[in-house]
Amino acid sequence: MTQVPDFTLIPGETGDTLVFTGAMLVSTLGPLDRRLRTIATPIAHIDLAGITGIDTVGAWICCRISQETGATIVHADDAATRLIEALRQVDADSPMIAPSRLPVWLRVPDKVGEAVIGMAFGSVAVLSFVGQMILAAGGLLLHPARFRYRALVHQMELVGVNSLAIIGLMSFLVGIVIAQQGAEQLRQFGAEIYTVNLVGRISMRELGILMTAIMVAGRSGSAFAAEIGTMKLTEEVDAMRTIGVAPMEVLVLPRVMATVLMMPLLGVYAAVVAIIGGAFLSQFALGIPFFSFLLRIREVVPIHDVWVAVVKGPVFGLIVALAGCYQGMQVRDNSEEVGKRTTAAVVLAIFTVIVLDAFFAVFFTEINWG
Amino acid sequence: MSESDPSGAPAADTEVAPAAGSTDAGEFAIRVRDLCNAFGTHVVHENLDLDVRRGEILGVVGGSGTGKSVLMRAIIGLQIPESGSIEVLGQSITEARVDADISIRSRWGVLFQGGALFSTLSVGENVEVPLREFYPDIGDDLLAEIARYKVLLTGLSADAGAKFPSELSGGMRKRAGLARALALDPELLFLDEPTAGLDPIGAAAFDQLILGLQHTLGLTVFLITHDLDTLHEICDRVAVIADKRVIAVGTIPELLALDHPWIQEYFSGPRGRAAMAAHVADHGMADTAVSAERA
Repeated sequence: MTQVPDFTLIPGETGDTLVFTGAMLVSTLGPLDRRLRTIATPIAHIDLAGITGIDTVGAWICCRISQETGATIVHADDAATRLIEALRQVDADSPMIAPSRLPVWLRVPDKVGEAVIGMAFGSVAVLSFVGQMILAAGGLLLHPARFRYRALVHQMELVGVNSLAIIGLMSFLVGIVIAQQGAEQLRQFGAEIYTVNLVGRISMRELGILMTAIMVAGRSGSAFAAEIGTMKLTEEVDAMRTIGVAPMEVLVLPRVMATVLMMPLLGVYAAVVAIIGGAFLSQFALGIPFFSFLLRIREVVPIHDVWVAVVKGPVFGLIVALAGCYQGMQVRDNSEEVGKRTTAAVVLAIFTVIVLDAFFAVFFTEINWG
Repeated sequence: MSESDPSGAPAADTEVAPAAGSTDAGEFAIRVRDLCNAFGTHVVHENLDLDVRRGEILGVVGGSGTGKSVLMRAIIGLQIPESGSIEVLGQSITEARVDADISIRSRWGVLFQGGALFSTLSVGENVEVPLREFYPDIGDDLLAEIARYKVLLTGLSADAGAKFPSELSGGMRKRAGLARALALDPELLFLDEPTAGLDPIGAAAFDQLILGLQHTLGLTVFLITHDLDTLHEICDRVAVIADKRVIAVGTIPELLALDHPWIQEYFSGPRGRAAMAAHVADHGMADTAVSAERA
């Protein structure tokens, strides 16, 4: 019963008669519609006697031609008449629906302008977010009973304990790489024994904490943004506010505190594992016994290297957690936004951590912790 | 997803979905036999049978958690049943995985409870998605026109077509979801609680909209609802789900004649009586008698 729809034009006195044949269905009308749009001659009648089926798309095309040319529709059966009538009723003189999109040459400056303004307002928004958080923290100091210990412990488990394995593995391998590559270069001076200094100091001062911050930003910072963002979308955050629970206290503070507390621990842990990795390689590749390597670490790594790690840890943790929570709270409207904000959280966190690390390096050298 | 798949876009001269309202595979649009659904050890349906006739509006009622939505998901192939057979428009859903057989999906439209609009697309683009997916040879002009009249047909204003789902109210989102469900001119329409959360005026308008579309387009409608007014107003028959199966199907007077405690409580409770009284006042007893006769 299904045939490809087609049309013929029969010339008449007042205008042509457009005769349709075949099945006028959504599945078949695509190519026909393009040809219909090229008709230039006036049409007086639309003849539907020869059609074998019609749906709303077919009816719409008849309706459209009839409205554009003033043609009358003849020989329509009951179903066709009913459909065409229904479409005539809804068809007010309303404009076409299409979301307004700028042409390409305007889109680029538009995006740039948006980004610049976004940055300006963004910095203000970040400051106000930090302010809100400090206020919430102050409020908790006055009413310590309101503090969510359980949420804090839960977040500490997620941020800290659950990442021990991956951070340990990463640090161990990084330790091996530093020792191996370092030894390769130092051998040229006959100074292989300084591999111990290299591994010990770079792990403790820089790499342990920096790699940990990057890993936590990817693991937990992104999770914060996605969790809080999804809760914003499903109106959970609004629900909390109406119940009188401050999202800052329940969602943001436990996450920020957990990350601030766990980051120095994870950083020192990562440094220690990296040193063990270096010692492991030295045992097999350089002939320095494992325990001699560790004993030597005590002599060559000054204690202020540990303080450097412990000072940097909480600062990096604060940045990672703030970026995640802030971006999460900015999510609105749709699910695409969750992905965008999560990406932004991780990029912002890692970028800021690396910039700050450079400042720290200069600062600690200036105060003779070099 | 299926753009590279030739079965995604049936060629114009081969198999094409028949016109709305045609009867090519017997009297029933949906046949469910011995359906068993379970989540782990929690059994939702056991030996459930259900027939939906072509061209009727079947209301599905049941207490919360009796598996109305699960039944709908099983029929449209989103929930794989433990056992049993489901036939939709003459095609078996349970034997051929729906993923493999796309042509059946161009013949039904589904309105999910929350509308389930794609949040990154405007309403108009939401309506265009199934059209683009199934019929890539439709030109952009015609696509925009189709999206526009579908949106208007569901009672939204034309400027709503350019809006994004997050800018719409709950009722408008349902209408937009309905516009998308109707995009392909389906023969079969699944509605999951279409009037839930609408104000009484909006709900009544939505009922009339569905009834009007059903008359015009010759749709078969599978309608899950708790709205007693909807049941009285537009449903030809009502199926009652309880005790993990369909315990009765019939017009409301027929169901009331049965001596089942849950059905009695459902339709003869204070809300049920009010809806019944309103319906009788509007249409007189004659209408109720006619629908009984038709069943």
